[in-house]
Amino acid sequence: MNKQLLRLSTVSLVLLAVLIGATTYWQTWAGADLANRRDNSIEQVAQLSIDRGQIVAGGEIFAKSRARHEHGLTIFSRRYPQKGVAAQVVGYSTDAGTRTGLEQSLNDYLTGANTNLGGAIQQTLDRLGGQTVHGDKVYLTLRPAAQRLALKDLAGRCGAVVALNPKTGAVYVMASSPTYDPNLVNEPNGYAKILDITGSCGSKSALQNNAIAGLYTPGSDFKLVTLSAALDSGKYKPTSTFYDPGYCTEYGKPVYNSSSPDSPNLHETFGNVTLSQGLQYSINSVFCNVGKAIGAGLILDYAKRYGFYSLPPLDLPPSESQASGLYRYAKRCRCYQLWWPKNPATQVDPGRLAFGQAQMQVTPLQMALVAATIANKGVEPKPYLVQKIVAPNGSVVSTTKPQMLGRVIKTQTAIEINQMMQLVVQGGTGTAAQIPGVAVAGKTGTAETNVPNYYNAWFVSFAPAANPQVVVAVVVEKQLNGFGGSVSAPIAKDILQKLLHK
Amino acid sequence: MPLADPYLLPIAALLTAVGLTEIYRLGPSNAFRQGLWIVIGVAAFAGTLLWLRRDYRALERYKYVFGVTALVLLFLPRAPVIGESVNGARLWIHLGHFQFQPGELGKIALIVFLAAYLREKREVLAQGRLKDWGPLLVIWGGAMLLLFVTDDLGSALLYYGIFLAMLYVATARISFVAGALGLFLVGSFGIAEATPHVRERVLNWISPWSAHKIFCPISGQMDFRQNCQSYQEVQSLYSIAHGGFGGTGLGRGVFTSTSGHQVIPDLNTDFIYSALAQELGLIGVAALLLVYMAFVLRGFRIALSASDGFSKLLAAGLSFSFAFQTFVIVGGITRVIPLTGITLPFVSYGGSSVIANFILVAGLMLLSNRANRERAAT
Repeated sequence: MNKQLLRLSTVSLVLLAVLIGATTYWQTWAGADLANRRDNSIEQVAQLSIDRGQIVAGGEIFAKSRARHEHGLTIFSRRYPQKGVAAQVVGYSTDAGTRTGLEQSLNDYLTGANTNLGGAIQQTLDRLGGQTVHGDKVYLTLRPAAQRLALKDLAGRCGAVVALNPKTGAVYVMASSPTYDPNLVNEPNGYAKILDITGSCGSKSALQNNAIAGLYTPGSDFKLVTLSAALDSGKYKPTSTFYDPGYCTEYGKPVYNSSSPDSPNLHETFGNVTLSQGLQYSINSVFCNVGKAIGAGLILDYAKRYGFYSLPPLDLPPSESQASGLYRYAKRCRCYQLWWPKNPATQVDPGRLAFGQAQMQVTPLQMALVAATIANKGVEPKPYLVQKIVAPNGSVVSTTKPQMLGRVIKTQTAIEINQMMQLVVQGGTGTAAQIPGVAVAGKTGTAETNVPNYYNAWFVSFAPAANPQVVVAVVVEKQLNGFGGSVSAPIAKDILQKLLHK
Repeated sequence: MPLADPYLLPIAALLTAVGLTEIYRLGPSNAFRQGLWIVIGVAAFAGTLLWLRRDYRALERYKYVFGVTALVLLFLPRAPVIGESVNGARLWIHLGHFQFQPGELGKIALIVFLAAYLREKREVLAQGRLKDWGPLLVIWGGAMLLLFVTDDLGSALLYYGIFLAMLYVATARISFVAGALGLFLVGSFGIAEATPHVRERVLNWISPWSAHKIFCPISGQMDFRQNCQSYQEVQSLYSIAHGGFGGTGLGRGVFTSTSGHQVIPDLNTDFIYSALAQELGLIGVAALLLVYMAFVLRGFRIALSASDGFSKLLAAGLSFSFAFQTFVIVGGITRVIPLTGITLPFVSYGGSSVIANFILVAGLMLLSNRANRERAAT
């Protein structure tokens, strides 16, 4: 019988070895997946017993943990001392484990799961000693004073302000309006209260980060992209001349210039102008003709080079941002979907696309990146919100090194557009953005909405023009006779002044 | 017992200590009761040694007594008045204040019966004559039927495994094992079709997480499977996963939700492995399983060194039952096989389990003492 006994003992040992294998699988490979499951009540309690790291910017605390004792457990919940100032950026983390914004994307750092060697050793010692585990502290690039000013200027109107450093990509301001108090999420009915917040535009979207998820018709701001294609391809120069009869003929029909702010019912006519003047006074017929000449395909190619048609790289959860580009109604999902035309020459109206109407939809961050590329002599910076992450013992876990996304347009093209944008502020549609002693470059945008006489008012700008330090993009939604130059340019000026200390 | 195996009792003591520590951590009042059971278990251990100190092989003569005893013990939970249903399975009896799971003791009676019977009939069984199979099939069939009625799947699986293993050792016929395994698969498929209790267990094993809401009979509402039928399995996996490599440390594990209730039901009995896996981590439970392996190896060593067929079969049956019971419960918890509730030997909370396992150790020690004495004599 001994042969059978040896075999049976082998089988017994194999059975027990399988158990070690299975346990190893659940505790190592499958562990992370299980930890992320929503119904994981053990992980939920474990996360609540971690002292999540603070989120700070410019010396102000935007998120911190507060301990309370419940059923023999020490539970930490989040408090947001700055309330709505950067609500959509910082996001929230509820007791139930729902997270948005940086609270979601940086969760591994804030809970100390992702740390350096020193932090990991400290944590293991904390756990063994029964001490509370502390998460890493996150320092943001945001400038709270400018962020507050942006929200004050938006004054509850729907819209967004984005400001960043064109040389590094560090985001100084990312304000979205209407905003909400993230402290409400842990209160009874608090979430319902947030959903009820209504901006001036009538939509209930306080939770949405308009700076990265708000899709707006760019209007004349898009002329910067058209201009990039026209100059970069060598087909036009700033001095190229045009005759403006007040309209441009497309498909046998006239497409009129916009009306001037002073006389809303009259279409402007300029006669003989240069391309540079076309930008300065934002003449639609000039860009309509440029678009017809270079074609929609080339404009879309340049849009893509600027980063349209993909989500801008940022520290926030990708699900909270939108890609800019052409949007088309899709019957299948009964919604508007990002659309890359197979044959732009026949599918897209090149004249209207050239001055930013057609089906073009952009986010404020994308427009800020276009301006930043021009300011940075044709090289696009990678935007970032997290300056550095520091472990509880004071050692630095990570520091963000500025990165470039790559060259989009030639240096010469960028310099030419920079000069043309300075003319816009000096004596064109953007004079409201003038700052004494500082050369400001800018471009207005006034985009038609589905309601007559209500416009989305845009302004993108940077300063000082010779050595740009700050880029600002502003959009204010659905303003009655609200022009970019009158509604948004003053906001951009405020932010530039605040950030440049002028 | 001067020549008994010197490792078995220390290993049993170690496992009992680990179990008692974790039970104390999960609920000090249960640890006190478990302590009482351990005292009774040690008394049963000593009693067995004293009773059988001359020659345990006398048991061979009473094989049918053991066979019937095994059946009666299995049948007790079905009996009126003292029978009690826990978690959908009738496997408890009530005696005054104490609950008792007689199936644990029935297991040992069955092993004694099988060892004696197979020793006597092994040559004829290997030839495959039908009439010699009669009493064996009756005992086995009766056990399966009773388990089917009591819904105690874990024990059914355990008994069947022990039966197959001992049959193989006695007859050396792989074809028997293969045929019986085939029969088992067909039988379990039939049982799964026939009883909703078993079907749920299998579904919980195949897909514990459902993508859509299904009807939840507990709450009477639509809910995800992981929030209803497979809740216990899934939360137990979360508990294991949370332990990771090094564990949270004893006493630092998370077993209660923010509202204060225990996340995993039956944590100190069937699911004590998920509690240990969280607090001791992979290092801890892998070490624990190695201790089980050491125990099993010592057991098979005794079987190999024994001189007579009855002793060999008895030692093999006891050792294999120990290994297989560990596999059935831990394999169920770690999703290797469908989950069936039985206790983890020596570690789980429960009086009947503790007593049965101490008797099992006593048996192995008696066996090893005799084997070593005979070897020393020659």
